[in-house]
Amino acid sequence: MEKLLEIKDLKIEARREDGTPIPIVKGVSFDVHKGQVVALIGESGSGKTTISLSALAYTKPGLEFAGGEVRLHGEDLLTAEPLRQRDLRGRKVAYLAQSAAATFNPAITIGEQVTESAVLHGILTQDEANARAERLYRSLELPDPDRIGNRYPHQVSGGQLQRLMAAMALCGKPDLMVLDEPTTALDVTTQIEVLKAFKKVIHEENAAAIYVTHDLAVVAQIADYIVVLYGGEVMEQGSAEQIINNPGHAYTRKLMEAVRPKPAAGLGTVVTGEHDRDIAALVVKDMSAGYGRKLNGEPAVTVLRDINVKVENGHVVGVIGESGCGKSTLARVMAGLLPQAAGEVVLDGENLEADLQDRSRDELRKVQFVYQMADTALNPRQRIDDIIGRPLEFYHGVKGRERQQRVQEILEMVELPAEFGARYPAELSGGQKQRINLARSLAASPEVLLCDEVTSALDSIVGANVIKLLNNLKDKTGVSFVFISHDLSTVASFADEIVVLYAGRVVEQGPTDQVLTPPYHPYTRLLISSVPELRIGWLEDTVELREMAVGIAKGVEITDVGCPFYNRCPSAIEGTCDITDAPVRQLAEGHEIACHLDVSDLQLKISHEASAG
Amino acid sequence: MMMKMVLRRILIGIGTLWVVSVLVFIGTSILPGDVAQIILGQSATPETLAALRAELGMDRPWFVRYFDWLGNLVTGDLGTSKAGGASISSLIAGRLGNTMFLAGIVAAISIPISVALGLLAAMYPGTWLDRIVTFATLSLISVPEFFIATFMVLILAVQLHWLPAIAYLSGNESGWQLARALAMPVITLVIVVSAQMIRMTRAGILNVMNSPYIEMAILKGVPRRRIILRHALFNAIGPIVNVIALNLAYLVSGVVIVETIFAYPGLAKLMIDGVQTRDLPLVQACAIIFCATYVVLILIADIASILSNPRLRQPK
Repeated sequence: MEKLLEIKDLKIEARREDGTPIPIVKGVSFDVHKGQVVALIGESGSGKTTISLSALAYTKPGLEFAGGEVRLHGEDLLTAEPLRQRDLRGRKVAYLAQSAAATFNPAITIGEQVTESAVLHGILTQDEANARAERLYRSLELPDPDRIGNRYPHQVSGGQLQRLMAAMALCGKPDLMVLDEPTTALDVTTQIEVLKAFKKVIHEENAAAIYVTHDLAVVAQIADYIVVLYGGEVMEQGSAEQIINNPGHAYTRKLMEAVRPKPAAGLGTVVTGEHDRDIAALVVKDMSAGYGRKLNGEPAVTVLRDINVKVENGHVVGVIGESGCGKSTLARVMAGLLPQAAGEVVLDGENLEADLQDRSRDELRKVQFVYQMADTALNPRQRIDDIIGRPLEFYHGVKGRERQQRVQEILEMVELPAEFGARYPAELSGGQKQRINLARSLAASPEVLLCDEVTSALDSIVGANVIKLLNNLKDKTGVSFVFISHDLSTVASFADEIVVLYAGRVVEQGPTDQVLTPPYHPYTRLLISSVPELRIGWLEDTVELREMAVGIAKGVEITDVGCPFYNRCPSAIEGTCDITDAPVRQLAEGHEIACHLDVSDLQLKISHEASAG
Repeated sequence: MMMKMVLRRILIGIGTLWVVSVLVFIGTSILPGDVAQIILGQSATPETLAALRAELGMDRPWFVRYFDWLGNLVTGDLGTSKAGGASISSLIAGRLGNTMFLAGIVAAISIPISVALGLLAAMYPGTWLDRIVTFATLSLISVPEFFIATFMVLILAVQLHWLPAIAYLSGNESGWQLARALAMPVITLVIVVSAQMIRMTRAGILNVMNSPYIEMAILKGVPRRRIILRHALFNAIGPIVNVIALNLAYLVSGVVIVETIFAYPGLAKLMIDGVQTRDLPLVQACAIIFCATYVVLILIADIASILSNPRLRQPK
């Protein structure tokens, strides 16, 4: 195979304020051949994005090349003139970023942005570029390929934008694409749709690619060759088959362990039925909620409808569903941040006022919220002492020496050293910040902790450690959790009960073991079969499934009548599912499915599980 | 959705103007002094004063006078001056023309210069060009305009005798005379309004330059000039137009100091004269014109920001 890109002993540094260099990338070498997809994997801080950008002779502000070579077709990019570097960007090497929503310019039409690079570099005329863009839209299976270019980025969905970014990269017929975590921010169902499109188009265009990710299961689907990175150094590299089936390095094996197992029964903690008290910690009864001005007691947009959820004392209730299903809204109603339009929220057997302002301080203390982004949830100008000390003072009135003592105990609880109290959030890593975020909620001594996607922004190893910590906290403090995540595997390993939300309705709920074994609600089945497996060929098998054919590449739509999953359901019954609300079927104690299908029809196993077993 | 927003803005603008008219009317009504007294002088007898007041309609209750005045205002009749009896429209017409002329010249010079300098400074942040621009604008913002104006008179007129010290227009100057007369007021005002616009353009662009989509444009090999003009400018247009609108409004109404120093016969100076002679209809008319200028310019800026935002222009 022809050598396309050759990275030799690449070194990249940052500089401290006093001018001393901090090595970020410490002598990395690997090659990319024509038609090959090379994956760079590692956790955050491994330097994978920094290395991938060197293929465009680019460093993020604050970093600089300190040595080595990056040769494209034999030409060293690092020593090339700036004008030459600019000429190669977009023409020979194209970049795809993690968040298409942030990478598309909101003020320019999609078509102009997709064709801009090809036209600027003189590869195609505007008309040729438009025609090529339209062909790419078609092969990326985008809707309305002849008109989507006239739209603005806010007018298409996140998954579509991610595929449009692939069209933007490919329009100028580059020799090499750099893909930086292009599916990490997506729902599992959207991830499949995007991965499938990428793989197809890379093959059709015979392009080479560098694929940056921390997710080994994704890598297994798309890469030919894998480079494992840690701390700016190569731990191991080899063919995808070799690395995945026969990992040589201890760090690679550690990464493999962090890949969460396929959600299945038996992963969750076993419910013992021993409660401190008989009263449930938090109960949501016949609750509806939404946004916008209220008319006759109904909000303009109803996001949640007829929700009944019970959080038993000391239990973890996992809430899953794709984005737009109302998971965060549910947590906001429980916390009182969004007053419900109808129904009740009961805490410890007592009705809670809908509005936060009418709740007593003690009621406020009992329900605490942990936000997804520790970065924005922690005040950067406050020391950790104050961040954790403030709720101690506010809810418990402890001050001075006693407060200091309590802060240290809480830091110990989240497994951080006591001297962290004197630091500021900016001095901590992502995982440590998330621990502080948790510690602040724990300082209130809550009875219910609402965790909204607390591990979603963390990479797999750090995320797994946070889950371990949550498990310890649950045992130690007896606090109840509402754990929201779009990641089914994480929920499966931590939750006692699972609530599956779709378009604002509970479609299935029950003990973890029962939700994860047939009979499934068709939506639960779609979610489970969308979780990628660490197995080469999984993607091809999965897109063949009946669920996928109708289920992916469609957004969540809230409907007023009928079952909201109707348009994505492989077993939908026309004339029934789209007109009448689905009946709630009680399958066992606490296990219910809202579906028109009979229980026997819901018995279907995940298809390839059945074929493999 | 966009039409609705624009209509809403226009309605709010009209509402603001109405509130302003009430405030102006009340404000001028509580000014101390009596026009009849001023017209007739110290020798007036109580009888003649009362007769003149009745003739001027000032014996009627204030709300009757207000609606009377408002009605005339919206039909374009600004009333007659209480000092001299001339129609206010004719008094204002010439002065408004002068003010608009001066403002127009200043705007035509300062807006392109400011936007260009702001863009240049943003294009090469941290370079000597950027530093000079940033330092100069900061210094000029902090210097009051009467200082700049007086300083220029001192140098250009008194010391060097290059330009006339005052800019009084008789109406039949040649082009060259006009240019010489207007040079100093124009330069003063350009300096005063440009500094702010330059800084706002620079800040607006730099703010956008940190966005991921700018990094994406760099990685697509887009030249720096195009990145600024096509990718950054459109996303920074909202704050830039607003600061331009505020400065244009200042050119119409806030130039009283500059007009006074150069004895330029503009609208602001007319209003000051009106206040001195207790000529309330004149003061009211001027105040309404100034407020309307602000409201209209801010309205235009708001609509421009709405139009420049595709989220509002083309909702989902």
